[in-house]
Amino acid sequence: MPRTIIPIGPYHPLQEEPEFFILTVEGETVVDIDLRMGYNHRGIEKLCERQAYDQVTFVVERVCGICSTSHPFAYTQAVEDILSVEAPPRARYIRTITAEGERIHSHLLWLGLAGHFLGYNTIFMWCWKLREEILDVMEILSGNRNNYAMFKVGGVWRDIKAEDIPTVLKKIDSIIPTLEKLKKAVMDDPVLHARTKGIGILSKEAAINYCALGPTARASGIARDIRKNCPYGAYAEIDWEMIVAQNGDVFDKVVVRINELFESIKIIKACLTRLPQGEIDCGIEDIPPGEGIGHIEAPRGECFHYVRSDGTNRPVRHKIRAPTFMNLPTFKETVIGGSIPDAAIILAAIDPCYCCTERMAVLNRKGEKLFTGEDLIKLSQEKTEKIKSKMGRK
Amino acid sequence: MNRQEILQGLHERFPEDITNVFEKSAKRVYIEIKAGVIVQMAQYLFKEIGARFNIASGVDNRDNMEILYHFTEETIDLVISLRVTLQKTKLEIDSLTPVFPAAQWIEQEIHELLGINFIGHPQLKRLLLPEDWPEGVHPLRKDYKEWDPNAIRDRGV
Repeated sequence: MPRTIIPIGPYHPLQEEPEFFILTVEGETVVDIDLRMGYNHRGIEKLCERQAYDQVTFVVERVCGICSTSHPFAYTQAVEDILSVEAPPRARYIRTITAEGERIHSHLLWLGLAGHFLGYNTIFMWCWKLREEILDVMEILSGNRNNYAMFKVGGVWRDIKAEDIPTVLKKIDSIIPTLEKLKKAVMDDPVLHARTKGIGILSKEAAINYCALGPTARASGIARDIRKNCPYGAYAEIDWEMIVAQNGDVFDKVVVRINELFESIKIIKACLTRLPQGEIDCGIEDIPPGEGIGHIEAPRGECFHYVRSDGTNRPVRHKIRAPTFMNLPTFKETVIGGSIPDAAIILAAIDPCYCCTERMAVLNRKGEKLFTGEDLIKLSQEKTEKIKSKMGRK
Repeated sequence: MNRQEILQGLHERFPEDITNVFEKSAKRVYIEIKAGVIVQMAQYLFKEIGARFNIASGVDNRDNMEILYHFTEETIDLVISLRVTLQKTKLEIDSLTPVFPAAQWIEQEIHELLGINFIGHPQLKRLLLPEDWPEGVHPLRKDYKEWDPNAIRDRGV
């Protein structure tokens, strides 16, 4: 049978992100797949080498709009690892609440999009309506619907007010019945079963060899969750369960994510009711020479940051590894042998995030720039000097 | 396997090749090794101990280059980082991709951003940089200079 190449991209018509899949097909069957990416590569790691430690938190927050908590969380863990300090308990709880809120909105976003990819727009509308509630909760807690700007090295910037807690708890409780209904509708839907069951199976062995992460690995029967395996934040002090499914197909990835929504709600509620009193910042001033690793469980899997300091006010090396970087190569296992319409949902099932993978950050409107790199360095140096002189230090 | 057993196992198997062990904290170990044994050691950690390969970080130290291979042993919450130092005159090391496919992309990335050659990599093509990016220009090196003064992409804006 003759082979045909079907290009999808560079602007993906469904996922609305810049990536270029090259599907080689024989009739309806995909026999080979290749990927061209890098359309969003902006060199964040290089950019971080030019920023002061506090500024890097905001830069990495803009690696990705959806995981805007995961990157600063991993980064602050890495810098705290250089110093061998831990954030105060109240700050750890606030961080956990922010991270779980992000997980809920990210999973709902993905679930809605998955429905949309399958041509099932009812799920899309439903999920995104539910997601609004969570974004409202995040606005109450952090002041922002996205890019929460909560994290700082050694703690958090913003405390949670005691009078907000009842409102937030009420709002979270209010979405549980709808979520239950949604879960039942998705799990029992014959259309979804037909389109997702037994499709794009990632075997346990392949998931181990590709070092798959997050829900992608957990759907293939690997009990891998950084929150349980390598506890950080408040996860060790709170009772919750890791969701693992066995089949590795698209349906199990849906099941894992839906069940995780309920666990996340449980964690947020427990954190809010048991929020300890005390400081929210341990007052880190200078970073000594050394190196540190921070890894946390982002909605898509483990987010890994490596930071090396030489004693100055900015990192000499900052390596960022987003979960999609490890999850995306599994398409070689899952897509080949399937049909073309299945490829769309299989490629979406790992919840890919290209801006994370390529670490793009700042939008550039037709070449207009507010600052050049040198200006930013100058600003950063001036600000450091200003702060240091304000604190009476040289 | 606990932390002591892993470290002891590494010492027994590779007595000549470990130059330094730095136990930073209860959760982090940095092991300096000779570049020649990276494949055997990664194989031992990945296949026999069952540690997960996190990622590799390439670092330009100006006078030499370093690659850190991070592995996580999840059952005991331990991150093991294998540190390899490469001289700038001979920037090459054996590829880990034949051992596990998870190393494929990061080796491509280090190859294009830092200019380190991975021997035995099946497909050492570009991953992130555009096709019109000139050969031999590696943006993550410390001595990197813009090759195109009109380009916005390498201003860090």
